[in-house]
Amino acid sequence: METFIFLIFAALAVVSSLVVVMHRSPVYATMSLVVTLFSVAVLFVLLGAPFLGALQILIYAGAIVVLFLFVIMLLNLQKEGEAAGRWRGQLWVAIPGALIFIGMVGLVFWRQGAPDLQPLTPDLVSLKGLATALFTDYLLPFEIVGLLLLVAVIGATVAARRAPDAADGSGPLPREDFVAEETARKEARP
Amino acid sequence: MSSVPISWYLMLAALLFAIGTVGALTRRNGISIFLSIELMLNAANLTLVAFSRQMGDRTGQLIVFFVMAVAAAEAAVGLALFIAVFRARRTIDVNRLNLMRG
Repeated sequence: METFIFLIFAALAVVSSLVVVMHRSPVYATMSLVVTLFSVAVLFVLLGAPFLGALQILIYAGAIVVLFLFVIMLLNLQKEGEAAGRWRGQLWVAIPGALIFIGMVGLVFWRQGAPDLQPLTPDLVSLKGLATALFTDYLLPFEIVGLLLLVAVIGATVAARRAPDAADGSGPLPREDFVAEETARKEARP
Repeated sequence: MSSVPISWYLMLAALLFAIGTVGALTRRNGISIFLSIELMLNAANLTLVAFSRQMGDRTGQLIVFFVMAVAAAEAAVGLALFIAVFRARRTIDVNRLNLMRG
């Protein structure tokens, strides 16, 4: 049964990740990434990490993919054209490189063999154990990650902000104009 | 009923990583390159969880937790940068973003 579930979701992950890489429409690629992330989440659960499986669906498939879709629609990205250069150079290096990588990993297992998985222990699966480790031994990394997320939010806001002196005049009003408009509005009020 | 050997998980992770690498190297759309990088991160996470199960140690799961947090931060900043680049250049085709080419 476990083998059956593994095979189904492994095949699903590989096929959908191929769609992510090969589909020319960014929206389809992103939706296909959701399928890949979901399959990997199932494999997490199969490996005895149900909390990570839930996180994978909540954070990746929920938040990050929505962010991707939002940016794709904000930028109104079109399909990637079949331009010159798509099949030139890089592809002929990338695919043999990937095949060599797969071949080497496969060779290691072929020559050495691999032991079966250890049976699941309640300690490994328990959320309590994970949380205890997170808030005792790994407290400092946890706090640092919180700080990193705060900095990332501020950085993203600053980077994506429209420049105040946009040449097309679409930026926010300059300070003096804004004050003048405010006073004019106040005076106009009865 | 025998359980799945760890090598299957590692081969799957290697396959996903290779697919992501090919995507990151060959796509021209910045967003697609980002999607490929997320694929590679996920393959690494799968390896960590598989070894965590094999060793009976939950450190691997904790590392995956941190990787997910960093990936969220990376996606937020990276997409904001793409928006900024798109405002300036009207494209995020990486072949046409060659301002810093020597």
